[in-house]
Amino acid sequence: MKIFLHNRSMLPGLVLTLIFTGAAIVSLVWVPYDTTVLNIAERMKSPSLQHPFGTDQFGRDILSMIMVGARTSIAVALVAVGIGMLAGVPLGLAAAARKGSLLDEVIMRMNDLVFAFPSLLIAVMITAVFGASALNAIIAIGIFNIPVFARLTRGAALTLWSREYIMAARVAGKGPARISVEHILPNVTNLLIVQGTIQFSLGILAEAGLSYVGLGAQPPTASWGRMLADSQTMISLAPHLALFPGLAILLTVLGLNLMGDGLRDVLDPKLRRSRS
Amino acid sequence: MRLKLFGNGLISALALAASIGIAEAKTDIIVAMQLEPPHLDPTSAAAGAIDSVLYSNVFEGLTRFGPDGSVNPGLAKSWTISEDGKTYTFNLHDGVKFHDGTDMTAEDVKFSLDRARGDDSANAQKALFAGIESVEVIDPVTVKVTLSEANSNFLFNMAWGDAVIVAPETIADIKTNPVGTGAFKFSDWVQGDKIDLEKNPDYWGTPAQLDNVTFKFISDPTAAFAAVMAEDVNAFVGFPAPENLPQFEADPRFQVLVGSTEGETILAMNNKLEPFDNIKVREAVAHAIDRQAIIDGAMFGYGTPIGTHFAPHNPDYVDLTGLSQYDPERSKALLAEAGFPDGFETTLKLPPPSYARRGGEIIASQLRAVGIETEITNLEWAQWLEQVFRGKDYGLTIVSHTEPMDIGIYARPDYYFQYDNPAFQELFAAITSENDPEKRSELLKQAEEMIAKDYVNAYLFQLAFPTVADARIKGLWKNQPTQATDLTAVVWED
Repeated sequence: MKIFLHNRSMLPGLVLTLIFTGAAIVSLVWVPYDTTVLNIAERMKSPSLQHPFGTDQFGRDILSMIMVGARTSIAVALVAVGIGMLAGVPLGLAAAARKGSLLDEVIMRMNDLVFAFPSLLIAVMITAVFGASALNAIIAIGIFNIPVFARLTRGAALTLWSREYIMAARVAGKGPARISVEHILPNVTNLLIVQGTIQFSLGILAEAGLSYVGLGAQPPTASWGRMLADSQTMISLAPHLALFPGLAILLTVLGLNLMGDGLRDVLDPKLRRSRS
Repeated sequence: MRLKLFGNGLISALALAASIGIAEAKTDIIVAMQLEPPHLDPTSAAAGAIDSVLYSNVFEGLTRFGPDGSVNPGLAKSWTISEDGKTYTFNLHDGVKFHDGTDMTAEDVKFSLDRARGDDSANAQKALFAGIESVEVIDPVTVKVTLSEANSNFLFNMAWGDAVIVAPETIADIKTNPVGTGAFKFSDWVQGDKIDLEKNPDYWGTPAQLDNVTFKFISDPTAAFAAVMAEDVNAFVGFPAPENLPQFEADPRFQVLVGSTEGETILAMNNKLEPFDNIKVREAVAHAIDRQAIIDGAMFGYGTPIGTHFAPHNPDYVDLTGLSQYDPERSKALLAEAGFPDGFETTLKLPPPSYARRGGEIIASQLRAVGIETEITNLEWAQWLEQVFRGKDYGLTIVSHTEPMDIGIYARPDYYFQYDNPAFQELFAAITSENDPEKRSELLKQAEEMIAKDYVNAYLFQLAFPTVADARIKGLWKNQPTQATDLTAVVWED
């Protein structure tokens, strides 16, 4: 625990991440104002005691919008990372266990194929074909997480496969599937957590980007990217409309990246020793 | 020596700059608008964007609309109307040439009118021509049109963009290469970007002051703002972000014209789709809507509330907003009466303009307050025309009807909101054949009231038409009596 908190990037990263996940969780049960009710008379009010972040062009409370937006962003990014891990890790383990086989080739070339396409363009295509919604955004972002995790898992697993204790397990008669689950997977978890954090922050950015061009969550669901897009023409009238969602995206992504950095330092024993 | 050389260079550069300044005023203009036409044939599509580019610039009709909505002579320099009001004899201008060099004669007029009213005509406003019984060519510059019944609106009808004169020789390619008689001729269309027009040197009337015209299509309000601010475009007609207008007004580089339009902005309901086939449900929707909130929230105060499908600046307008006042309690009661005490779910399909996108969010929130849940879908224009206008696959939609005097669409049961009321169809037939202005006005008022009392659609507001332009440009239309960007009189001033 001490190592965790003494790490220079861990603490601020953790705090920022906790603030935004906290806001998202709180928004499930309570928000200061209902974000689906518009109040035109109160529109574009500057930050005040009633509305700490002010109100938007429809008179909605921006603080509440940010909280609900955090929920949208985190939900989309989390599920997208989940898709990536659930599909990518088994593929990576299988490829490593059968290194050099046809299976390995097929999996890795498929990965290369997905990597070869610009991810945002494919996401735009998916949402254009199947309609814009949060669900399609999740699928689009999730697909691009699969090769990231597959490669990482395969790379890490390959170095493990040459270790003596794996050899021992094979001598003991364990099959490759069992070895993968019992010995390889636990030893790549650290890496996966670190990568997961980074992918999580990229997922939030991707969701904001898709919403910004109108392909993410649809109104009335609040979304940071759409808040930014909607406030764009009003930036000279009411800068706070764009400022707060912009800051929310920035700080969340920063927090997750710092936390990912910190986690890598903490979880990788080699790095830790060399620093102290 | 070096210094001297430099000095000479500087002086000649200055002289060059000065001579450019003294040279004639600018003769090219870049006009931006939000919507791109789907194709370039004004006689076979409902899309107003076609007229916004081509009306009066490239295509002309027998009569034409002036900037104030008056009907003026166009290709016909004069006409006589028979005693019974059934026969119109048009005297055409002599020596009018199409852009391909062929002569425009009475034969072309006959061809255009017969084509528009023919059985296989794709004209979006066929009703304009419905009363024509025959078109006869008397001589190359005289054409006689016989109507089955007297129609007080005939000259007005002939001024529409749907009634422009086209040539049989070039009709096949009109959608990509429009050939008209106007002061500008079509030169190039880069799809998704711009349409170029150039001056027609052989124009029969007063020649245009501009040599080159570019229409640029910028659908995104943010990009529109940036393009005007950076002076990438010289004028933006129908500026989509009303919140930015005060900023342009304060800037001496620009002029802002806020004109009126024929654009009745309505929340259209699919009258044949459950539950909107029930008049109580439609009435409930009408009462659930707070017009002022939409005008303030979506249009930043630019717009006039309307209670029926009629332009408030028209002398025959009746203010019927009282029939559909904002009253959520009454709305809930009506829903309960109609058998929907807990409300219902429907779709709300929104085309790109900001009045629809922003207005849609506000309306969704207002409807939610009375229990009607809407699923918002944002559509591009092509999708909207396909799904909503032609496919009638929608519950609710928001759109502005920018054609002048278009109450007649309610007499068309197959129109996209599918209002099928024989009483209204009879009434509209009576309006069309009524020649006495007073009686006509009376009938029009009845028609306005009938659709308001049937709650066919929820009538929101009359669209304002903001134009932001370089302060040196003179001659732009302020109002939009029809969808048009008439540049024939536009000139740069210093």
